[in-house]
Amino acid sequence: MTTRVGVVTFPGSLDDRDAQRAVRLAGAEPVALWHRDKDLHQVDAVVLPGGFSYGDYLRCGAISRFSPVMDTIIEQARLGMPVLGICNGFQVLCESHLLPGALTRNDSLHFICRDQKLRIENAATAWTRDYTVGQEIVVPLKNGEGRFVADAHVLDALEAEGRVVARYLDVNPNGSYRDIAGITNAAGNVVGLMPHPEHAVEPLTGPTTEGLGFFTSVLKQLVNA
Amino acid sequence: MARVVVDVMLKPEILDPQGQAVQRALPRLGFAGIADVRQGKRFELELEGPVDDAALARIREAAETFLANTVIEDFVVRVEEEAK
Repeated sequence: MTTRVGVVTFPGSLDDRDAQRAVRLAGAEPVALWHRDKDLHQVDAVVLPGGFSYGDYLRCGAISRFSPVMDTIIEQARLGMPVLGICNGFQVLCESHLLPGALTRNDSLHFICRDQKLRIENAATAWTRDYTVGQEIVVPLKNGEGRFVADAHVLDALEAEGRVVARYLDVNPNGSYRDIAGITNAAGNVVGLMPHPEHAVEPLTGPTTEGLGFFTSVLKQLVNA
Repeated sequence: MARVVVDVMLKPEILDPQGQAVQRALPRLGFAGIADVRQGKRFELELEGPVDDAALARIREAAETFLANTVIEDFVVRVEEEAK
């Protein structure tokens, strides 16, 4: 049976089609989910894509977090369903309290768009099993509010528990604390990532194909589950 | 109608690059002597009913769950005096 990976579209989602494409290239069946629909249509995992969700004028992801589909996703994520939030999706996961911390305005105040080098720090999450710890990858990054912040004790706990998934290398593009580009929850099924692996899955359109590993990882996770 | 104001500010320990940009511009415009600027949000809520303890408790709950992200922001709820 084909693995079904849902991709939620919020009003303002921009990278939902790219995320669906990445899911397909990884070998799974992408399922489009609408944010007003509570039903997850029997998907095995969910991607919250990047873009600009409606309601970002309050705080990024603040109003999307209360979309009906999020009630079901929060419930299922707590039961272990893999959820990947990319960029705006990461912000929605923080606003949902599935992940700690928050994303704030870049320290430069500029919108940053660049090919970003990352180091994978945790290869045991549902979304990073196809990488190795210390592996360096390049994927696009594009954000205006991508600066990860949290209390010192939260940051210390994330480090101590190995919950930093990826860190910025060479350049910290937005002033994120401790160069953090992505984190996971304690169970390792929920991952938030500011850069965009779904834009690095094909040689024609991406700087590399090194983003594909996030999408192939979850398939392996689900097959082995 | 009664008005309740909710002021939301980034916590002191969170960098406020917008406030800093404003602070740097002030002396250029001739406004000297301002050591720091923090930029926040103000919500003005017009209540349909009276501003009693129950209404204020509901507004505090709204501020805590929705208007502010208490991971990074503090908020203050106050009742605005009615114009005479």
